[in-house]
Amino acid sequence: MKKIKIFTNGLVKENPVLRLVLGTCPTLAVTTAVSNGIGMGIAATFVLFCSNIAISALRKVIPDKVRLPAYITVIATFVTIVQMLVKAFVPALDASLGVFLPLIVVNCIILGRAEMFASKHGVVDSAIDGLGMGLGFTLTLTVMSTIREVLGAGTWYGFTVIPEEIFGFTIDRFTFMTTPAGGFFTFGLLMALVIFIETKLGDRKKRSIGCEGCPSKGACGAKGGCE
Amino acid sequence: MENRLNVTASPHIQDNSSTRKLMLNVVIALLPCVVASAIIFGAWSLLVIGVTVAACVLFEYLYCMLMKKPNPVGDLSAVVTGLILALNMPVSMPLWIAVVGAFIAIVITKQLFGGLGMNFANPALVGRIVLFTGFASRMTAWVYPAKATRTLTILGVDAATGATPLQVEGGVGKYPLADLFFGVHGGVMGETCALAILIGLAWLLITRTITPTIPVAYVGSYAVFSFLLNVGELGAADAGMLVLHEVLAGGLLFGAVFMATDYVTSPFTFTGKIVFGIGLGLVTFGIRAFGSMPEGVSYAILFMNLLVPYINDLTRQVPLGYKKHKKGAKEA
Repeated sequence: MKKIKIFTNGLVKENPVLRLVLGTCPTLAVTTAVSNGIGMGIAATFVLFCSNIAISALRKVIPDKVRLPAYITVIATFVTIVQMLVKAFVPALDASLGVFLPLIVVNCIILGRAEMFASKHGVVDSAIDGLGMGLGFTLTLTVMSTIREVLGAGTWYGFTVIPEEIFGFTIDRFTFMTTPAGGFFTFGLLMALVIFIETKLGDRKKRSIGCEGCPSKGACGAKGGCE
Repeated sequence: MENRLNVTASPHIQDNSSTRKLMLNVVIALLPCVVASAIIFGAWSLLVIGVTVAACVLFEYLYCMLMKKPNPVGDLSAVVTGLILALNMPVSMPLWIAVVGAFIAIVITKQLFGGLGMNFANPALVGRIVLFTGFASRMTAWVYPAKATRTLTILGVDAATGATPLQVEGGVGKYPLADLFFGVHGGVMGETCALAILIGLAWLLITRTITPTIPVAYVGSYAVFSFLLNVGELGAADAGMLVLHEVLAGGLLFGAVFMATDYVTSPFTFTGKIVFGIGLGLVTFGIRAFGSMPEGVSYAILFMNLLVPYINDLTRQVPLGYKKHKKGAKEA
């Protein structure tokens, strides 16, 4: 596989959140504000990048039967590093992300890429995949939190975008967007949009089910075992 | 002409009803509510209703034009959605919020799921609930009719706002029954006047647009649950009066007649409709009696909308002479 293709895979075609539907929980939880979304994305990208490299390097050493505990241990190490860094240098982000920062350990994107990609590919490819996926995750979080923050609170990254009053005409905040329901709402619409774009680009087979329609087909080792 | 000689297998369609005719009947049935809201809340309500309906039709037209789909505006279903959505808003609603509601109802709830017949929930209802969560203070700015004339607002005085009868101190039972029946109390535009809703119901029943099953099962089961809750404490007569007040107040009648009976989002069969109605009654009763919100009709209908596919599956009519599959036998 070409290096560039591995990298761009994570952006749209195999976007971890919108196409693989991984990491939904942190996505819905932290995207109420752009600062949280970007912070979460960068933290997860760092962990994904490092853990992909480590796991790919260790892939011939780790016995198959205990691979998941081994992956989790590797991932947890990097998450601990990130957590300490964030606590030390950006305590505000740590406060607003709360429990979701340590929960990166169980973020399905990271474990998913370890299992689907890093355990089968070389170190360089895995590093590129980690970066691409992380960037896709960060982009999705940024887009989602932009939509939710601008519509829900009228601000972007804390700056007021929509004034509260224009010529004495009050503009109400659409607070629905900052509620969990608004999160699912945005999530569903973005998913539909990505599929729509893919269909327009002719990349997607119409209504394909099973392994043919699965976005993880390329990296999946189950070979139809899931059907 | 030769088509008339065609011989086809049953079922044979015997009347010439169409989506357009059915929807026209619903529009006619909603007119008394529109008139009532204009009388009770002032002429401004007509503007709110007009803008919402126009926005709904426009969004439907624009979406279908952009997506190169056949233009469905002629079937009037967008008009019905707009009317119901508008009647679910208080008269003090800013017009741009009404347009947002129309967008959510038509584009997101209806068209993105495939258009009329494919929507998982009543579009007007989802529009209402999203507005309710999004602009809570606007949606609950219920206006008291006696002081509700828009002139007050234009003069710079905020029209007096107040609670719905469901939140009145001392309970809904203290509210004069006649006020509840004629709709002279705070609330959203369509729900207050029980008389207009009953006229609409009568039209729907006479034209056979809907069967009475769902409204009767809904309101009836709600009344029974509420009666049972109160009868021990108040005695039969007082509990009965309280139940009557509760049925007339809030959005129960409007929801039961116009929103729960939507073809797309209610079950097909008689048994299914009964189950659907009782489920609605139960959820509404649960929210009103034990929940933190004063009103539960819209959430009850949304919740039961989601269960409709399962109700349909479980209450499917059995064809005459049909034998049950043996256990373990695979379906053909």
